[in-house]
Amino acid sequence: MQLTLWSYEGPPHIGAMRVAASMRDTHLILHAPQGDTYADLLFTMIERRTSRPPVTYTTFQARELGGDTAELFLSSLRAAYERFRPELLLVGESCTAELLQDQPGALARGMQLPIPVLPLELPAYTRKENWGAAETLYQIVRALLKDRVPPPGSARPQRPAGHQPTANLLGPTALGFRCRDDVVEVERLLDSIGIGVNVVVPLSASPADIRRLPEADFNICLHPEIAEQTGEWLRRHFAQPMVKTVPIGIGATREFLKECAAAVGLVLDSVPEPDWSRMPWYSRSVDSTYLTGKRVFVFGDATHALAAARIAVEELGFRLVGLGTYSREYAREVREAARRYEVEPLITDDYLEVEKRVAELQPDLVLGTQMERHIAKRLGIPCAVISAPVHIQDFPARYAPQMGFEGANVIFDTWVHPLMMGLEEHLITMFREDFEFHEDAPPSHLGSIQTRPVQGSPAFAEPGPSIVWAADAEQELKKIPFFVRGKARRNTERFAAERGIKTITVETLYDAKAHFGR
Amino acid sequence: MTVASLSATVGADIGPKINRERGQRQVFCGLAGIVWLHRKIQDAFFLVVGSRTCAHLLQSAAGVMIFAEPRFATAILQERDLAGLADCNQELDRVVGEVIQRRPTIKTLFLVGSCPSEVIKLDLHKAAERLSEHYRDQVRVIAYSASGLETTFTQGEDTCLHALLPELPVRPEGERSLLIVGTLPDVVEDQFKRLFGELGIGPVEFLPPRHLADAPAVGRNTLLLLAQPFLSETARALQKRGATLIPAPYPFGIEGSRAWFWAAAKTWGVSRERFEAVIAPAVERAAKGLSRQRDLLAGKRIWFLPDSQLEVPIARFLHRECGMELIEVATPFLDRQLIAEELALLPPQVSLTEGQDLEQQLVRLRAARPDLTVCGLGLANPLEAKGLRTKWSIELVFTPIHGFDQAADLAELFVRPLLRAERLRV
Repeated sequence: MQLTLWSYEGPPHIGAMRVAASMRDTHLILHAPQGDTYADLLFTMIERRTSRPPVTYTTFQARELGGDTAELFLSSLRAAYERFRPELLLVGESCTAELLQDQPGALARGMQLPIPVLPLELPAYTRKENWGAAETLYQIVRALLKDRVPPPGSARPQRPAGHQPTANLLGPTALGFRCRDDVVEVERLLDSIGIGVNVVVPLSASPADIRRLPEADFNICLHPEIAEQTGEWLRRHFAQPMVKTVPIGIGATREFLKECAAAVGLVLDSVPEPDWSRMPWYSRSVDSTYLTGKRVFVFGDATHALAAARIAVEELGFRLVGLGTYSREYAREVREAARRYEVEPLITDDYLEVEKRVAELQPDLVLGTQMERHIAKRLGIPCAVISAPVHIQDFPARYAPQMGFEGANVIFDTWVHPLMMGLEEHLITMFREDFEFHEDAPPSHLGSIQTRPVQGSPAFAEPGPSIVWAADAEQELKKIPFFVRGKARRNTERFAAERGIKTITVETLYDAKAHFGR
Repeated sequence: MTVASLSATVGADIGPKINRERGQRQVFCGLAGIVWLHRKIQDAFFLVVGSRTCAHLLQSAAGVMIFAEPRFATAILQERDLAGLADCNQELDRVVGEVIQRRPTIKTLFLVGSCPSEVIKLDLHKAAERLSEHYRDQVRVIAYSASGLETTFTQGEDTCLHALLPELPVRPEGERSLLIVGTLPDVVEDQFKRLFGELGIGPVEFLPPRHLADAPAVGRNTLLLLAQPFLSETARALQKRGATLIPAPYPFGIEGSRAWFWAAAKTWGVSRERFEAVIAPAVERAAKGLSRQRDLLAGKRIWFLPDSQLEVPIARFLHRECGMELIEVATPFLDRQLIAEELALLPPQVSLTEGQDLEQQLVRLRAARPDLTVCGLGLANPLEAKGLRTKWSIELVFTPIHGFDQAADLAELFVRPLLRAERLRV
């Protein structure tokens, strides 16, 4: 058993639902107990979709456990097929059904429906949501294209003269973080270098569209967690190259465009940078100078965490103090990046471990998921969301991509917003007894939003050695602005512990400051 | 009068005919009850023993609130637990230890059973006994089931309260008290306490209490008044402890509240005159507030999809006090005894459904095209997109709607979507 306050990913059948709900003319039959239909809310409420997800649940209850759950599954399947007439039927189980072992895949095949029926293996006790989505997408693409795989060694057919080169976009899904606008932005990027989009998979693709995947010149893997396996399969069997650079951030976007051009044999001397690319100038303008060296902790899915780390360091001038992911499949990539940035990597899906690390590091800003917002609230640290899981406010009405040049604009605004503005930060440091802008008040541009640490809650700090703070040192510590005070306290205590100092005085505080710097 | 004798007088053929349906159900499991129970009972912690799905449900429902310290969590079963490689009980002890270490202030820990824990037959009641013994004088550990196999949405509160009953102290013989059962918003509780006080009825206690340290005592002279219709198990178990259930409609609207308070007052021996004098100002206020809403609701056709068991009493209120026309009223579970007083107040021609066959219900709904459909959030936006006006039902368990002073607010919940549809020009 694992104690879980918050989980970063849902069970794998949610991933399967995300793929099914992304697609058209596709239906999923889920063998699941009454209540598992809560998952519909993710689509109808969080993403505010206008239709029910294409999922039929068997919703068995205790009284059905006597042995006719298999029959219930068959009747649900029959009814769903008759009612929805899909072109492709997916069959899966939720965690409870997995324990019953009704073999719904085999049962469904036995019905001999005139459409492809795809049983999904979704091991709910070992795998999670993204894995479920990746596996479902892979199985769908393989099933629909396996009869079109050319003989090994055949060359890719030449694109007819005069035809525009095209790419497939692999990975955008329902409930994906900003997928809707990222697709638009990436289409715009590709258009700027004369490349068209063949099929977006799975978002908005029908089974017929999936059969057209091989027509593109190459594939773009926008969300490796969901589409890399599929892209690899297409590369192996249809000789389609795959671009793996994810265009989040200015640098990554430039590289992405060069790679896409190269994939279709174009050489791009300079990357066209549109008028609306404002982020590089905003970041260089003097107002942003105070951002230099702000200590940032990054956590999310691997794709967004890696992109965020690079933006933070290279494009905003922050100092990365921590980098982690819950995507275990991409642990290696994140570890490598962490080594480059000289920080300790954190590969975990345990919320409590993330919380502990953030508490230790006391960063100035947390870039994470909805879950890091809980952590940041508890610790009183500013926070911005960079990755799923997210809640309803991160499916905004306005255009809000993360990818491309507009994505970089959005990111600049989003990340800087929670930080205290420069002037206020200066004044708070100079004058600390103002009744309104006092030391523990939240940044005034955030209105009354509280970002103070929770008082009296049990901290995760290990009971330290018996170091005491002299009263005047404690007073002096309070003069340090609240957003760096936690770090100063920890540094000073560490400094004292390493030197065997039992009582921290004002002198110790400043000695420690000189030792560690800010 | 007990429930048993009540059913004898009401009889099975009073009220509308009940259609029973089976099929796909679009409802929450009982785990959703944790979302309001953890706020009501402030010194308790809810530990679900289940799968990642259970954890995901809880955080999808409650995670939009940013918690500094959540008061619920899930012990997620791992492959090792299922394969028997790990002793589930030892694992549970370890996880409970972690929770208690993290939250040393909690006084009561609920172990909440789920579909997976029930299918593998993990005995949480035994575990609760063992852990209660281990943490004696520090934390009480209580088990209940809120699985989708056993419970639908608000039934999770019923199983929770039922599990709490052994913890309630025994009221000394001969001591009279009134116990209000069912979660009520704090403001409603306070209003009810004041009214009962003016009627000379007391002591009045509430289950669940705000803190389990102040759990109400139950004895042979305890009178039970249900504030919520979904408390079958709890009501029956309290009766077994000697408490007497006062049959009454539920306190929604003026009529329901009046009948509810009168049922208690009558049993307590309060005179009709005194009763009328005490409630008169509240009734007058409520009538004034309600008249405005009534104009907007009268004649409108409403349809209830099953969700919380609140459907019947609220349909009764909307029909009798707001003039709405009931097309179909569906409820996930219908306790004939606990709902008897309500059924008698429904128009006999109403189509009353127990259970659900989702697609069939939607076919009927689309054909009828009601002015307003009460349904869950999985259906609300898709129906809106088809041009139907909806009122999402979960709000009824998260909003103060009981009693005289909330009668207009309750009506307003149904007015709002209709008004909004009229106002919007986009």
